[in-house]
Amino acid sequence: MFGKLTIEALPLYSAIAAGGALVTVGGAALVVLIITWLRAWKYLWTEWLTSVDHKRIGVMYIVLALIMLLRGFVDAIMMRTQQAMALNSGGYLPPEHFDQIFSSHGTIMIFFMAMPFMTGLVNLAMPLQIGTRDVAFPFLNSLSLWLSAAGAGLVMVSLVIGKFSTAGWTGYPPYSGIEYNPGVGVDYWIWALLISGVGSTLSGINFVVTILKRRAPGMSLMRMTPFTWTALVTSVLMIFAFPALTVACGLLALDRLLGMHFFTNDHGGNMMNFVNLFWIWGHPEVYILILPAFGVFSEVVSTFARKRLFGYESLVYATAAIGLLSFTVWLHHFFTMGSSATVNAFFGIMTMVIAVPTGVKVFNWLLTMFRGRITFHPSMLFTIGFIVTFVIGGMTGVLLAMPPADFLLHNTTFLVAHFHNMIIPGVLFGYLAGYMYWFPKAFGFKINEPWGVRAFWFWIVGFYLAFMPLYVLGFMGMPRRMEQYNDPAWAPWLMAAAAGAFLILIGIACLAMQVVATFRDRRRDADVTGDPYDGRTLEWATASPPPAYNFAILPQIRDREPLLDMKERGVAWQKPARYEDIEMPKSSAAGVVMGAFAFVLGFAMVWHIWWLVGASALVMWLTMILRSSDDDQEYRLSAAEVARIEEARYRALGSRA
Amino acid sequence: MESHGTRANYIVGFVLAVVLTAIPFALVATQSLSRTQTVLVIAAAAVLQILVHLRFFLHMSFSRSPRENLLAVAFTAVLIFLMVGGSIWVMLDLHMRMAL
Repeated sequence: MFGKLTIEALPLYSAIAAGGALVTVGGAALVVLIITWLRAWKYLWTEWLTSVDHKRIGVMYIVLALIMLLRGFVDAIMMRTQQAMALNSGGYLPPEHFDQIFSSHGTIMIFFMAMPFMTGLVNLAMPLQIGTRDVAFPFLNSLSLWLSAAGAGLVMVSLVIGKFSTAGWTGYPPYSGIEYNPGVGVDYWIWALLISGVGSTLSGINFVVTILKRRAPGMSLMRMTPFTWTALVTSVLMIFAFPALTVACGLLALDRLLGMHFFTNDHGGNMMNFVNLFWIWGHPEVYILILPAFGVFSEVVSTFARKRLFGYESLVYATAAIGLLSFTVWLHHFFTMGSSATVNAFFGIMTMVIAVPTGVKVFNWLLTMFRGRITFHPSMLFTIGFIVTFVIGGMTGVLLAMPPADFLLHNTTFLVAHFHNMIIPGVLFGYLAGYMYWFPKAFGFKINEPWGVRAFWFWIVGFYLAFMPLYVLGFMGMPRRMEQYNDPAWAPWLMAAAAGAFLILIGIACLAMQVVATFRDRRRDADVTGDPYDGRTLEWATASPPPAYNFAILPQIRDREPLLDMKERGVAWQKPARYEDIEMPKSSAAGVVMGAFAFVLGFAMVWHIWWLVGASALVMWLTMILRSSDDDQEYRLSAAEVARIEEARYRALGSRA
Repeated sequence: MESHGTRANYIVGFVLAVVLTAIPFALVATQSLSRTQTVLVIAAAAVLQILVHLRFFLHMSFSRSPRENLLAVAFTAVLIFLMVGGSIWVMLDLHMRMAL
């Protein structure tokens, strides 16, 4: 009846594991209680959960990302504390638990923090920047969101029922195979990735079609904002790279479930092919995450330096070049596999080559700031912090690109320091900058700046303190993922790193305070103009928050910076002569239902509850059929209604002037 | 609006897809060819299967499709060359060195 699931699955074996489960269940219960207390279920269901509006889906993605950031960070600080304490002692975490923590930290931060954050920002800003009313496939967008949430839910539920993988976020066989890992941990990892991976592929398709087919009249490709360009290239990478991950995880699942031998050492299997397939996805994934952050930096630099972006064309070509080259470097993740010198040399050289277009971008941003009149909004601080820190990470990356150096440094904390040095400033700082930059657009009031500035300083100082010691430890030969050690020379560096993690904790507390302060002061900081920064691009031309249809009349684009162009011609915010009816997509519960049953399906696969697998697959299939045969998916917003909404906005604009 | 094909078109595609699926299964079940030959036939059937899907289900053709669709196919071909070709190169290289 319940497959492998028994009462033994509850984490009563250790106080720390039980505590983690209690916090998870308690947190979920608290949220449910608060929503019930506010009587907000109906509002939440009709206005948000079933919404197919790209702006609301974007906000929900970012909420998911911030929750998962918190969870991933708890993992991080637990590891740092353990290593600071674990000289000649077991610390406070048993090895098995420590292994689960580093596995879930990586899995969560990449798949359930960075991916939703990126997808959320693209959803929020890209359709507004290209002047469209929604993405090309609004329902698909909702489905993607709920599939991602289902994957995240599986990782969270593994805290309470059963255990998570101990095979690291990359899950290499043969250790992740059934022979060495008969428990459910690896299955949780596989199904979380498979389900959310489908969501990511669908998002990629959705964004590419939106950008190619739904741009406002006059917006040629070379008039798109840099953020839209990076979103386009990232989406193309998502479409092509994610299937490799799906295949790798799918084959591993077949090995585990049906006794196949794709990645075993016997019967003709080859475990290195898993590593190969994983990184065919894995390296483009790095750029999937980092390119949109580059896009955010380009927007932020241009807005807060009050200058046109320097070298727009070179930035676009650099983005496209990175997109293609990102498919030619994957082997540098496993130089030590034992390939011949020719193979290693090829991938080493390609890795150094890909640093060139990235370097081009650094000069784009620097020269945009040069002689600009810079406003130090928190987004701008994160951008400057990124440029300085990212260059250091890039240089250590070029060092690792040399196979001989990599043979010495691979699997040490030097590598851990390197990729955190790329991903924290390059991805997270970019997304935080984008979150603070577009916050007023999403909600109609400005985000609190003092707390943003404090968050920035704690994040950046904490980052240096947490990760520079890891470079040193790497040179001293400390392997990554150590639960305990007996070299006293490492201890002071690990204590410094733990102190850095605690500074980052204060940075995260500042981010939370920022949200509180922002909502407290929402009336004082209200922005009726929809253009709080004297912006240059199209998203600032509409109201904040934008009406469901974004633009009452689709704008005619004549320049790369459409709003600035309209302001200069004196035609910005002009009342149109007349309004027209607008067709809008209706909300749909099908996305939430399919997401919920994808979660059930994954859970049933993990625990081998076969009847439940069949039942949930059937429900998903029926929902899909019902949704596909429903011809009543749109509603018509009358011109009179549009006029009423727009008149209210013009009155608000007028009261400001 | 582009044409979405006729019913006959879909049936032809479906039959071809089934045949191209049945051949590899039959070969493995009956073991009528040597191991290497079987693997080669399966690979060939898989590639043909892709072409059948493109032609009959995605309605691609060199004469009728808009240029951007063909560009997308060309770009896909480049990436498949990098991913599949690269994988074969990397894994074959490893295989040779393991056999040393």
